[in-house]
Amino acid sequence: MEERKENNNLAGVRHIILVLSGKGGVGKSTVSTELVLALRHAGKKVGILDVDFCGPSIPRMLNAQDKDVHQCDSGWVPVFVDQEKSISLMSIGFLLEKPDDAVVWRGPKKNALIKQFVNDVAWGELDFLFIDTPPGTSDEHISTVDALRTCKPFGAILVTTPQAVSVGDVRRELTFCKKTGLRVIGIIENMSGFVCPHCSECTNIFSKGGGEELAKHAGVPFLGCVPLDPQLSQSLEQGRDFMQEFPQSAAFPAISKIVVQLLEASSSSNS
Amino acid sequence: MSDAQTPNTGVMRIVDCPGTNSSEAGKSSACQGCPSQIFCASGAAAGPDPAIQEIKEKMKMVKHKILVLSGKGGVGKSTFSAHLVHGLAEDETKQVALLDIDICGPSIPKMMGLEGEQVHQSGSGWSPVYVDDNLAVMSIGFLLNSPDDAVIWRGPKKNGMIKQFLRDVDWGELDYLIIDTPPGTSDEHLSIVQYLRAAQIDGAVVITTPQEVSLQDVRKEINFCHKVKLPIIGVVENMSGFICPKCKTESQIFPPTTGGAEKMCQDLNITLLGKVPLDPQIGKSCDKGKSFLSEVPDSLAATSYRKIIQRIQEYCDMHLYHEGINA
Repeated sequence: MEERKENNNLAGVRHIILVLSGKGGVGKSTVSTELVLALRHAGKKVGILDVDFCGPSIPRMLNAQDKDVHQCDSGWVPVFVDQEKSISLMSIGFLLEKPDDAVVWRGPKKNALIKQFVNDVAWGELDFLFIDTPPGTSDEHISTVDALRTCKPFGAILVTTPQAVSVGDVRRELTFCKKTGLRVIGIIENMSGFVCPHCSECTNIFSKGGGEELAKHAGVPFLGCVPLDPQLSQSLEQGRDFMQEFPQSAAFPAISKIVVQLLEASSSSNS
Repeated sequence: MSDAQTPNTGVMRIVDCPGTNSSEAGKSSACQGCPSQIFCASGAAAGPDPAIQEIKEKMKMVKHKILVLSGKGGVGKSTFSAHLVHGLAEDETKQVALLDIDICGPSIPKMMGLEGEQVHQSGSGWSPVYVDDNLAVMSIGFLLNSPDDAVIWRGPKKNGMIKQFLRDVDWGELDYLIIDTPPGTSDEHLSIVQYLRAAQIDGAVVITTPQEVSLQDVRKEINFCHKVKLPIIGVVENMSGFICPKCKTESQIFPPTTGGAEKMCQDLNITLLGKVPLDPQIGKSCDKGKSFLSEVPDSLAATSYRKIIQRIQEYCDMHLYHEGINA
């Protein structure tokens, strides 16, 4: 019975993608948010499951922080970001009484909620479901992969920043993927160079090229570099749709290119 | 539904864990469906871990214990911790140590230029790795065989490791023990506070970046500190503005849309220790395992690091003074 229930709520989801990184603050939530927005513009139905319980950023980034989660017969109704219901979200952020409440939980409690998040959210029909994770290779990651075992996730996108200290942590995340049999869709290098808006000089604040080198070294696809872009950070702060409002900005073509590759990878696997 | 509950309104809400030592443990409404409920209700969790006393004994040789925290990842906790110990250890009469309890993403060995180093066992415990005569470092990174090794551990195993770091490492006499933590408010944080409860932590330095997306996590961390009664030494705002090396114009790469750390500190009535600007040389120094403070000593960022370090020293001296009075 448990098995059937598990398959029910995710049965209509065609591609489940985990967004991972050994390191924190490299842009996992940013990447999840922008990919979802770009895919929506490409006419896809998408969802994000935010399993970062101690630092849920997704609700704010999609301007949904004041929404609530309700119950229905088949489980929990996710929060819809837009009128057309083309983006749906689930995050612990929606379950907190006050936004500054700290979720001070040890592993077992987090694991129980992950199971519920994976099994009990009524996603309906989705082309893509992104699972945004906290940094590391611990409870949240093991439990998510365990809970998804029966429905075969499409794979994982790994996010890193260019500097060696970050790449080092992502190497460990690659080992996690290997050990758990999770396919690596590719690596994204985020915060890659900053172009000064005044003089157009590009400074590699966090160095450059570490992500691409790692992809080569590990023999996995490299999906591209996303530059540091104040318009992007500003949009995320205010929960605005960067992919719609800033097509001229530095990060836009980079994200669009990643989405094209993602769509190609997913359509070739559909057959 | 176990952790989230639906009152009459139909809106789902999280109900908080009462804590394993609480008299409500295993009995409150939040405990329904929690996998640890039976264990907590049995009272087995309430007894103090004997390790806490052992750690207290060990920590008698350590004058000041400081945690470096942040709700958010990648804001510069390890970078700050590394430079804090470099700065403190410039005074050769002080013994300084850095303990890295980020079990899944240990960056300290690389930042301190100690990649590939091993920990040795002696009669008096594990020997930390020394950068200088007066600067010792311990990290799980020293226990791994290869840089690709992933530590895929759930909470209890991580907690066991932290306990060993505190109890079994032969730190010797120390003036400062700086503890670098992973992001969040979970196992590692609860454990370090619990294990050091009897030994007393001077306080926590909380790191953030200027944007609201980061501050919203940091407020949670501050609430965590209040919850576990951990004093807050102050907040450091990192990656605060970037000055283009060519045209010298400042850009807000991570814009403080809600007033940054300054506003948050005012609102919450805590100390802002200082702001450190983005400087490409900081990341480079960390990648090379060198101290930015000695690599680029005249930079703006180095100056503000020094000021912050000095304020932390002053706090600790005061703390010691007050303890002396209370004793």
